[in-house]
Order: sequence, then structure tokens, then C-alpha cells
Amino acid sequence: MHPLARTILQRLGLGLMTLFIVSIVIFSMVSWLPGDFAKAILGQAATEETVAAFQKEIGLDKPPVQRYVEWVGNVVQGEFGSSFASRVGYKRTVAELIAPRLANTLFLASLTAAIAVPLALALGILAALYRNSLFDRIVNSVTLTTISMPEFFMAYLLMLFLSVKLSWLPGLASVDAETELLERITRCALPTLTLTLVIVAHMMRMTRAAIINLLACPYIEMARLKGMSKSRVILRHALPNAWAPIVNVVAFNLAYLVVGVVVVEAVFTYPGIGQLMVDAVTARDIPVVQACALIFAATYIMLNLTADIISIATNPRLLHPR
Amino acid sequence: MNQWEELQQAAFTKRVSRRDFMRRATALGISTALATGVLSRAGYAQEPKKGGTFKIGLGHGATTDSLDPATYPDQMTGTVGWGATGNSLTEMDAAGNIVGDLAESFEPSDDAKQWVFKLRNGVTFHNGKAVTANDVVQSYLHHMGKDSKSAAKSILESVEEIKADGDNVVFKLKGGNADFPFYASDYHLKIMPAKDGGGADWESGIGTGPYAIEKFDPGVGAKLKRNDNFYGKAYFDEVEVKVIADVAARTNALTSGEIHFMDRCDLKTVNLLKKNPDINVTEVTGYGHYIFVMNVTQAPFDNPHVRNALKNAIDREEIAKKVFHGYATAGNDNPIAPSVQYAINPEPIHTYNPDKVKELLKKAGMEGLTVDLSVSDAAFSGVVDAGTLFKESAAKAGININVIREASDSYWDAVWLKKPFVASYWNGRPTCDWMFTTAYAADASWNDTFWKNPRFSELLVAARSETDSAKRGTMYAEMQQLLHDDGGLINIVFNNYVSAHSKAVAHGDFLSNWDVDGMKIASRWWMA
Repeated sequence: MHPLARTILQRLGLGLMTLFIVSIVIFSMVSWLPGDFAKAILGQAATEETVAAFQKEIGLDKPPVQRYVEWVGNVVQGEFGSSFASRVGYKRTVAELIAPRLANTLFLASLTAAIAVPLALALGILAALYRNSLFDRIVNSVTLTTISMPEFFMAYLLMLFLSVKLSWLPGLASVDAETELLERITRCALPTLTLTLVIVAHMMRMTRAAIINLLACPYIEMARLKGMSKSRVILRHALPNAWAPIVNVVAFNLAYLVVGVVVVEAVFTYPGIGQLMVDAVTARDIPVVQACALIFAATYIMLNLTADIISIATNPRLLHPR
Repeated sequence: MNQWEELQQAAFTKRVSRRDFMRRATALGISTALATGVLSRAGYAQEPKKGGTFKIGLGHGATTDSLDPATYPDQMTGTVGWGATGNSLTEMDAAGNIVGDLAESFEPSDDAKQWVFKLRNGVTFHNGKAVTANDVVQSYLHHMGKDSKSAAKSILESVEEIKADGDNVVFKLKGGNADFPFYASDYHLKIMPAKDGGGADWESGIGTGPYAIEKFDPGVGAKLKRNDNFYGKAYFDEVEVKVIADVAARTNALTSGEIHFMDRCDLKTVNLLKKNPDINVTEVTGYGHYIFVMNVTQAPFDNPHVRNALKNAIDREEIAKKVFHGYATAGNDNPIAPSVQYAINPEPIHTYNPDKVKELLKKAGMEGLTVDLSVSDAAFSGVVDAGTLFKESAAKAGININVIREASDSYWDAVWLKKPFVASYWNGRPTCDWMFTTAYAADASWNDTFWKNPRFSELLVAARSETDSAKRGTMYAEMQQLLHDDGGLINIVFNNYVSAHSKAVAHGDFLSNWDVDGMKIASRWWMA
């Protein structure tokens, strides 16, 4: 078997194991949350009878182990169950709740990634190329400033200037399934900008550091002595060896774009999966919480897996370990 | 001073009617636009006109919401599922009176043990079906019965039987209740079409109201379209409701013109919002109140002197000013809001009085009293600050209060009704009987002070079936006095509903029974 294929299979197996352990952790954590769904949704108005009736309807009266086994069994078959908000004659499956929200989140994440990743790489390479120049310093200080500000503060600043004062961009990113692509992009402009400013610094500095680190190596010196141009040295000789750390940071940031943007979603009222999960936690809608947590875990595992595979593929020493 | 200036002066001092003003302004050759501008600045109500899309931003709403009126938790579902698209048998008017809505009239008989509601003629649901008495019966039965999870279950517990009788619906009650028509105005008791096999059809969201639901996306928002067959008022062509949980986002959406109306303004920054020339901030005193409750069965709160000492150790004015920025009215340990019929302001008015506290503690033999007070943001926002101010003022009067911050998400399960001294809130109720039955009757499941007073219980039953208004008033006055003097309630403040709207929309008098103009904003407002 090709060593790369073997590695991928190995990693996939490990990923599935991790996911299984995560599912146990998620289930027990959710079970340990104080309060329960029936009381949370009935609020102050809950009487013992109504709570008992409600718990029976949503199956909360069964023992936890039985509930876990049933849940995992269903999830393996791709069935996430129904939300506790369902009623007799009004079924709301977890899948139909999550699908549009996940699509929104992925849209925002892809839009941001499409801008932020090339931008960060380009800035990082240029900064390494013109190390210690005025350009390098400006890029560094600007990106460091934007990453140092909490994301909600950045979001409010952008909203204040670009939306409230100048009225250039909409401050509410409320989109639905019928929103046209162009309007969707306009509505997402501010959240995208906020997220871009938040994640660029991390990726850009890692790119710069990885390349600069390599520039001291003898083989780069050799290349320079041969009389190659600066850009060729970096792009052809340094960059291929710098992929591993860069890809890891990019993967980390992409995962953040999917699982960590709930604050930005809240500020711009963007109907993404983060808000759904927060809603579900508040309302103790356990099937939705569990499904979201599982999706988040899977996203992390998948992206890290991809990053690992890319770094292994680009580095023969990792591909053929002794 | 020329005639135009004189006329404007008259308008600003309200010495001239809207109509006269317009007539005289036209005679003076003033343009209509200019004249209406002056009128609106002078605070005259405008003539409602049809048209436009009204965009509302609300701070509630969750993905777990559904259109089942039995589980409407808050103003989002109430506004969309009831206020804008449905009707109850009765409704409250702006003066706090109960008037017919889907019912044309209602009559008690047999010592208010039986109520007959006569349905309005020729009303249809959004799907064109005529409203019948059977629809009403099924809509009510939806909330009753053993397995019901409805929030309205407790107020319908007194109903023995509901019958359709031609155009009338007859309610037989277990005991007389002169306030039953008030219950019928509750927002959970929306009238829905009956299903063929029995039961009410809530799934479709079909109602009788001024707007029909085009789209309902739980936790995100709703789109509504005017129902041209509606028997009452409806001015907008379309209404959009957006769920914007974050208060800063809501404020920004309003200032950038993405919405016309927002509820629950941020009291800390509302003064800045007021400076915006395109925005009006409004304030309505409802029935809601923020409270500290003492369990009168547990030491040291079983001692009435201790309870009174604590009632006099809190500086409500200071809390109203510092925590609620003036958007609240100091309470006087009476849960009945001033705007409710038969409300009194019991004497002596409880204010901050350290000397009296010391005297009372001496009488009780409890000098150097220490108590634990459990608070959480689940009760109301600003509760920690209110508790801290209470601690400070009580300390000066010789009471040591430990303010304990409890977890929000299990507050109603694990703290309220469990710990002896806790912070809480009530949305309030539109009648004395309703409020007392909910929270102060000896056997009420939410009697959070555990106060059981025989005289109070006796009066509660007697007043309920008393149809002579003067006698009822005396009874309710005595009950409020008893509760004020002896009960375990510290009513900190009546909270005001503070909302803001763009000047592109206009409104009349506010309903005060619920926030968001009684949740009927969609039918009561219009484009300016």
C-alpha cells in the first residue's frame, strides 16, 4: 500500500475513535447540566404534573445509559432524532433544524476563508521577503492590533463606522434560504470583514516566521549564492518546506470559523449554527446540543486530519518515517 | 407675533384641535407637509394611514419556539402568534378595561358562576372558514385536561364545563369569578380552527387576526401579510419580525434604519439614543415588578418584625435611580400595579428608615441580624447591583445581608421556592384576583412567600364572586393592606417597558398589560 494511503487510513481510524470518545463526553456533560428541558421551556409556569407529562413525551424519563445507546445507535445510521421542541403532529428533526444553520455557517466560513487565507499567505510571504522594512512593520503592527481586540469590539467598531455612521454596509446579517447570492454577500460583508481581521494575523505571522526560519538554512544560502532572485528563493525553495506549520495554523483558523464564531453571529444576528447551539443549551434542547457538539468535534478532527496529511505529503521525511 | 407663530404656539400648548390647526394653517397658506410636521412635533396623534412594511426587532425568541399557544414563552411568540395573527375572546383597552374582541359581548349569571360569551358575527379565519362556537370550545380544551402542558392551564382550572350554544359559548365555573373575562384576554387563549376529529389546529398558525403568517422561522423571525377580511384595524401591508437577541445589535439596527421598532432598550445607553433626532424612546409602566421574597415559614423571616425591618431597610428610590436609571417606579410591598382596578397605595409607605429598622429589630430581639440573599440574573437584569445596594443600606441600619449570586440556568429549579430569601420577578396580572390567586393564595403552587393568612384567603374567595364593585373594592383594599403589613414580599420596583422606534412609524396610546404595546403592535401602529 502506498505510504500516504496507509497514513490516511490510520488517521481516519484514530479520528473515528476520538469522535466516539467525544460522544461519550458530550452526552455525560449534557446530562450533568443543571435544570432540565421541560422546566426550562415551561419556565416559571411549570407545575409538577406538566413537567412529568412533558418529560414522558420527550423520553427524558428513561435511564441515561439507555438514552446514550439509543442516541449513538441512531447517529451511526445518520439519524439525529427530533428536537425536544417537537410536538405531537409537529415534528422538527434535528437535521432540518441544523441543515440551514450549518449551511449559513459554512457560507460565512468559506467567504472569510476565501479572503483571509490568500491575504494572510501573501502578506506573510511579502513580510518575510521584505523583512524589517517599513512594510513589514506596518503589516505586523496592523494585524497585531486587530487580533488584540476582542472580536465583539471589532464587530461593534466596524458596525458603528461602516453601518451606522456611513451607511455603506448593512449592520444586520439576517439572511434566509431565499436571499439572493449578491445580497447574501453584502449582508455578510461586515461579519466577514470582522472575522478576516481577527484571523489574518495568526496565519500571516506563522507564514512569515516559518519562512524566515528557513532562510537561515544552508540550502537557502546555497540558492542565494547561485544568484537566484529573492522571490524565487522564497517561493521555490523556502515555501515548500514551510507548508507544515502554515497548514496547521490555517486548519486551526478554519475550524475556528466554523465552531467559534458565535459572538460574531450574535452581534450581527447571523443565523448560524453557533447561535443555534447557544439557543439549544439555554432551552436544554439536548438532541440539538449533542448534534451541534458532535458536528463541531467532527469539524476539528477533519480539519486537523487534513492538515496532518498535507504536512506529511509535503514532507518526505514524515512520509517515510524510520 | 404673526398669526402662524401664534397658531404654532397654540398647537404646542394644545389649545387647538388637530383639525382646527390644519384648517387655519391652510388658510394662512402654510404647506400641508410643514403643518403636519409641526403637529407631530407638538405631540398630536396622527391620522393612521394604510400601507408600508413594518419591521420589528425583538429581544426574545428561540429556535425551540413553536406556534402552539400552549407554550408561548414570551413576547416574540406572543406578538407573532397572537397579537398580530390571532384574537382571544376579549382584550384589554388602553385604559385597562376589559372589552370584547372575538366575543361581541359577555354576561355573567348565577353569582358569576356562569359566563356567556356571544361571538362576533361574520368573522372568518385566514383560510376563509367562519368562526363558530365549536372552534372556541376546542381552542380552550387545548389548554385543559390532565396532560396539558399549557401555561394557561392554571387559570382555566376553575372551569368546570365549556359548551357551544349556537353563537354563544357558555363557561360553567367551579366557583363564582367576576374577573373571568380578564382571563379570556390571555395571550395563550388564542382562538384556533377546530379540527374535524376534535382538537384545535395550531400547527398551521391560522387565526382570525389582522395579519396572516407567511413565514415563521423559530429563533430568526417571521413575515406577516395583512388580512383584508379582518374586522378591526390593520394598517401595514406587511410586517416583519426579527429576533435580535443582542441589545447592542438591536440598537444599531434601529439607528441604521434596518428596523422601525425595538423592545427592551439598554437602560445604560438609552439617554444617548434619545439624542438621535430620528428616534423616539417610549416608556410604559406595566404590571411587572422586581421583588425580593422571604419565606415566612423559615427563621428569621417567620418573625413579622424582621420582615418589616427588612422592608424598611431597602432604599427603593436609590435602586430605581441607580440600577434602572429612573425607568422604574419604587414599590410599596403591594404587588398590584397602580393602573390595575382597585389598586391602593397602602400606608405607611415603606421607605428607607434606619431608625425604624433598629427599633423593629430590638422588638424582635434580633439586633445584629445576618441573612443570606440569593440573586441571579435569571430574576431580572441588574439584580446583583440591586442586591448590593440593599446590602449597603441595610448595613447602615444594622442588618448584615450576604448577597449570594446563584447560577442562572437552574435558578427557577433549585433556588426559587427553595431558598428562604431570593430575588424574583412577576410580569404582573391585570386584576387583583388573578395576581393574588397566582402568587399569594395559601395553596397557590407559586406562593413563593409561603404566606398563609386566613383573613386574606377568606376575602380572596368572597371578593371573587362579589359583583358589587364598591364592596369588592373594600375587600381588595383590605387584602392589599394585609399583604403590605404582614406578607413576605419586598416589592423593589415596578419596572417600565422601555422601547424605541423610528419616527417613520406612529402609534396611539399604549396598552400596558404586556410589553410591545400589549403585543398588539402590528395592528395598533402605522406608517407616519
